[in-house]
Amino acid sequence: MPIDLPPSERMTSGHLACPGCGAAIAMRFVLKGLGDRVVMVIPACCWSIIAGPFPYTALKVPVLHTAFETGGAVASGIRAALDVKGDHETQVVTWAGDGGTFDIGLQSLSGAAERGEDILYVCYDNEAYMNTGVQGSGATPEGAWTTTTPTGSPKATRKKDIMQIMAAHAIPYAATASIAYPEDLVRKVQKAASIRGTKFLHIFATCPTGWKVPSEVSVGLARLAVQTRIFPLYEVEDGERYTINVEPKGYLVDAYFKAQGRFKHLTAEDLERIQERVDHGWSRLEALARIA
Amino acid sequence: MRRVVEGSHAVSHAVDLARVRVISAYPITPQTHIVERLAELVADGVLDARFIRVESEHSAMAAVIGAASAGVRSFTASSSHGLALMHEMLHWAAGARLPIVMAEVNRAMGPGWNIWADQTDSLSQRDTGWLQFYCEDVQDVIDTILIAYRVAERVSLPVMVVLDAFFLSHTYEPADLPEHADVDEFLPPWEPVEVLDPAEPRAFNQLASPEFYMEFRHKMQQAMDEALAAYPEIDRAFAARFGRTHPLVEHIPAEDGARAPLALVTTGTITSTARAALAELRDRGTPVDLVKLRALRPFPQDEIRRVLGPYGRVAVIDRNLSFGYGGIFAQEIRAALSSLADRPVVYPFVAGLGGRDVTPDTVRAVVDRALDDEPPGDILWAGLKE
Repeated sequence: MPIDLPPSERMTSGHLACPGCGAAIAMRFVLKGLGDRVVMVIPACCWSIIAGPFPYTALKVPVLHTAFETGGAVASGIRAALDVKGDHETQVVTWAGDGGTFDIGLQSLSGAAERGEDILYVCYDNEAYMNTGVQGSGATPEGAWTTTTPTGSPKATRKKDIMQIMAAHAIPYAATASIAYPEDLVRKVQKAASIRGTKFLHIFATCPTGWKVPSEVSVGLARLAVQTRIFPLYEVEDGERYTINVEPKGYLVDAYFKAQGRFKHLTAEDLERIQERVDHGWSRLEALARIA
Repeated sequence: MRRVVEGSHAVSHAVDLARVRVISAYPITPQTHIVERLAELVADGVLDARFIRVESEHSAMAAVIGAASAGVRSFTASSSHGLALMHEMLHWAAGARLPIVMAEVNRAMGPGWNIWADQTDSLSQRDTGWLQFYCEDVQDVIDTILIAYRVAERVSLPVMVVLDAFFLSHTYEPADLPEHADVDEFLPPWEPVEVLDPAEPRAFNQLASPEFYMEFRHKMQQAMDEALAAYPEIDRAFAARFGRTHPLVEHIPAEDGARAPLALVTTGTITSTARAALAELRDRGTPVDLVKLRALRPFPQDEIRRVLGPYGRVAVIDRNLSFGYGGIFAQEIRAALSSLADRPVVYPFVAGLGGRDVTPDTVRAVVDRALDDEPPGDILWAGLKE
């Protein structure tokens, strides 16, 4: 089935992503949605490497690489500078991983959102510190193996719900997106870009290396995460109005978990418990969408 | 225009005179008066700038890094724990070659909580790649902010303008506030070489392999050298317009044309106390020359050797401490003098930590001990309770 996306390409070949990298796919789609008036901020994450070493860059937009926890603050400074120069059109976009968003960068993101900075903050979520070699983050799901949540003691707690955190800031727009749904993703980028204020995009980005899956299943696995309701696609406007964008088929979670090496130690009981949590999360989301 | 100004407000008004466009700050005692006045100036439309009210000092520095990377003159202010929290981004600002200016109010580090004057906070940031200028009085503060932007934009490195907590930050003194038109002549708009610009996409601060990293650092050292070389010319340009001069090393002999047996080196507000104490000592027949040191980085090594080299004895008063060694300015001075075959004996005093008063009596005690036959040692405590 052909997909309908803007033809522009602002990401070049020669980047340093692993085969099947969801973060590389996500970047390509996001840039398609953004147009050419963009300044991008990249705090420490896989993309600090993927974009290429001096004197090369794989991106055809200006990029400011910055320290791990500064995505929200550096973008705020750039926005202020562009504004005082009279440039209110250029989009300032922070492109951060889950560690830089859920954990070390949460404070500066929260500050920027509270101030209502006119920026688009994109978190590509591969559910662990992948660039440093698969260490557990606040985005690592319950039960997952990482090098710091080894099989003998896999992650005991749930993935932090970053969307609820951002919705609680009552920002005008927050949305989840997936590399498996590029049209939905690009539409959300375009919608975010049309809104003044703080916008947040949470993109599910498979990491074949860290999740112990073959590179060719990257997109299929991301689709399965949506269809199992593990990662539903939805939008939250002004922290209140919830819209579910893709009606999932509601497959059982087993298929998703059993496909990945990082979950291979999970027992039938574990999967039952996780299924209950996913069902509960979906019911809650449906209820929120009904209120809107 | 001559006005009575508080040290902190002197910073704020100098920032206005410098036509800074982006300010970002987080409050910490005793820096607050600086940023409160700036917030007012921006809110009242006096200063045409954006004030970003961030949630931490780390973010304050990150925000001005973003603003300066987009080519806009930027400012922040901090102190003590706030500066320590910024530490990572101090490296980033310097490595990114951004001419940010920061006012840093010297305050002690905890624990225990202490809001009073102590230089260990700024001296702990010695190796971040920032220039550091220390101020003596309110006029010095105003002038140094303006000079700092000129130097910073000349060499593409950030500058810390340092003032003592309370003794300077909260002291009112008459000072000359220059006119905008004169400052505009001295400090024209910054013209950055490369900025974040969608029309000309570039990557900034990216991965730098061993093949390139060392040359980047070499260029930073060259920029420090250039700052040292360019400073006298910038100071002369300042003096030509405003009638005041601020050398990195100011030599104040007790008696014109004569060299006293001892030179006393001070920084910050202790210099004013020493001026008064040494004038009195001179009148009582004990001449001691004063050397006001203004810069930690770039460290004016040649000037230190030229000025202090001929003395028999040099006493240094440090309101700071490198644990396990001693006073930090004394350490730098001894290192600079070590290349001289015939060099003075250095008496390294540590005094006034955590805001303890350094009075004329303290200065006289320091002079007495340095002129006595007390062995110099590596650390001499002044004003320590028994």
